[in-house]
Amino acid sequence: MAVTDSGGTESARTPAKKPNRLFKNLTAKLASVPMILTAIVVFIGCTGWTIYHSFTKSRLLPAPDKWVGLDQYERLWSTRRWLVSIENLAIYGICSLVLSLVIGFTLAALLDRKIRGESVFRTIFLYPFALSFIVTGLVWQWVLNPDFGIQSVVQRWGWESFTFDPLNNADIVIYGILIAGIWQGSGFIMVIMLAGLRGIDEDIWKATRVEGIPVWKTYIVVIIPMMRPVFVTALVLIAAGIIKVYDLVVAQTSGGPGISSEVPAKYVIEKMFQSQNLGQGFAASTMMLVSVLVVLIPWAYLEFGGKRRD
Amino acid sequence: MTDATANKGVTPRGAKPRRRLSPTNIMLYGTLFVASVYYLLPLYVMIVTSLKGMPEIRLGNVFSPPVEVTFEPWVKAWAEACTGINCDGLSRGFWNSVQILVPSVVISIAIASVNGYALSLWKFKGSEVFFTILIFGAFIPYQVMIYPIVILLREAGDVLSAMTGTKIRLMGSVWGLVIVHTIFGMPILTLLFRNYFASVPEELFKAARVDGAGFWGIYFRIMLPMALPIFVVAMILQVTGIWNDFLFGVIFTKPETYPMTVQLNNIVNSVQGVKEYNVNMAATLLTGLVPLIIYFASGKLFVRGIAAGAVKG
Repeated sequence: MAVTDSGGTESARTPAKKPNRLFKNLTAKLASVPMILTAIVVFIGCTGWTIYHSFTKSRLLPAPDKWVGLDQYERLWSTRRWLVSIENLAIYGICSLVLSLVIGFTLAALLDRKIRGESVFRTIFLYPFALSFIVTGLVWQWVLNPDFGIQSVVQRWGWESFTFDPLNNADIVIYGILIAGIWQGSGFIMVIMLAGLRGIDEDIWKATRVEGIPVWKTYIVVIIPMMRPVFVTALVLIAAGIIKVYDLVVAQTSGGPGISSEVPAKYVIEKMFQSQNLGQGFAASTMMLVSVLVVLIPWAYLEFGGKRRD
Repeated sequence: MTDATANKGVTPRGAKPRRRLSPTNIMLYGTLFVASVYYLLPLYVMIVTSLKGMPEIRLGNVFSPPVEVTFEPWVKAWAEACTGINCDGLSRGFWNSVQILVPSVVISIAIASVNGYALSLWKFKGSEVFFTILIFGAFIPYQVMIYPIVILLREAGDVLSAMTGTKIRLMGSVWGLVIVHTIFGMPILTLLFRNYFASVPEELFKAARVDGAGFWGIYFRIMLPMALPIFVVAMILQVTGIWNDFLFGVIFTKPETYPMTVQLNNIVNSVQGVKEYNVNMAATLLTGLVPLIIYFASGKLFVRGIAAGAVKG
């Protein structure tokens, strides 16, 4: 009996001509029920449900039978608040992509120069990542407070005309959020970059030293191109995070002053749960999904399509 | 940079070190130092502010150390700070968070580890398809799925009530939130465990099968004890993630069961009353303390955990 049973894995991996297919590996199937339900009901079902309802005239309650086509999307794209949200997301997104990559890579490169106290610096750079966006937002709200924070400190030092109050200035408020976002997340990018740098063969460094190429040039010409996959991973991670920015804004500015620091994720939640305008919430969240797919599909294609070619 | 090894009087081994104060090194450490100031500043400000009295805050600046150290803001933040009409401080949010955290962590890890185990060692027809859906699901913005989940939880609560005859509500209760955390923690945790169990030598699995062990026997007697380190990584990941969650907390619970982050935000951003910055900062620090302790205590494991969890939220 034991001998016939020993082929369990093999036959499990290649479905054989056994009659009771449904009951084969029954325990494994039963144990996977939560996963199957999550995959089908939540990830496919709920997403599909929302997309469908974004084409309906749902207000207080979902109204699956009131089909209105693209009306919700037309309204969405003519709402000033949504346009402001998109603009903010674009500014925040581009800046945080560039800054996270630059800061993350620079810090990683500095830490990789065989310095003393590397682990101390690494701990310092990474600890904000353990904190929630709520904590991050509230701390920076206080540090950037115009009456007591950085602005007043610099003014007291004698630079009377110094003004830096991003949280009260509608034009630059998004940069105030950016400072906090970078503070929270760049340490993590540094860790990814550092892991990438550590994976680079020591011989490369020896070779460039023999060639007499300066260190900074080695980084730009040799190391960064070699680290392309690491950069792509970091890029996808940052991008996935940017689209979801919500609690940071809620904590730091609550979208203010006025609507100047609104973001799409916040728009969705408010339309769904506060202003009882479900259709708008569904349409806006579908737009978020579309923007994720725009990032994700090319990446998945490069990543998995590329592997198949090898 | 001035180190202790220099005056130990031992003959140095290895290559001759570069000059300490070379321009390169000054640049290197200078940059790292400036960066450290940026990263440490908020933590410093938080601590300093939380130890000052309000009059001192109004007079001084955020960076000056406290002249008179007081722990009153901490006490007030923990036990007296107001959210709306309730004035029992952050302690309630803390205990709510604990009540949410413990079952969420246990259930999500239990389910995900079994998923990973089944996916790597007991593949069945379609298992890979479900896994792929799961991984793609990790990238779908939560906002897309959140409203239907609210409906599902409400309906499920009604069904359960009808079945048991007692009034059970999933929506707005801790258990609803536990389910949500389990669902959204599943992709990344499953991936984590699947990759781990896939690296287990197949001979081990076959040997256990020869001995007549079944699905659960192998899981509990062999895989579970072997995978303890990965369980620790998963725990770090989930504890920090769930503790720091705000979105699910605000949507799936009601004011009495708000987790700590939600309550913190309500305390600090409440519009009524005089702003007590010291209490606010003490409250903020208190909320950040749990993940910070985990971070400092777990070191390298934390990095592993977040690197694995980076895809999530």
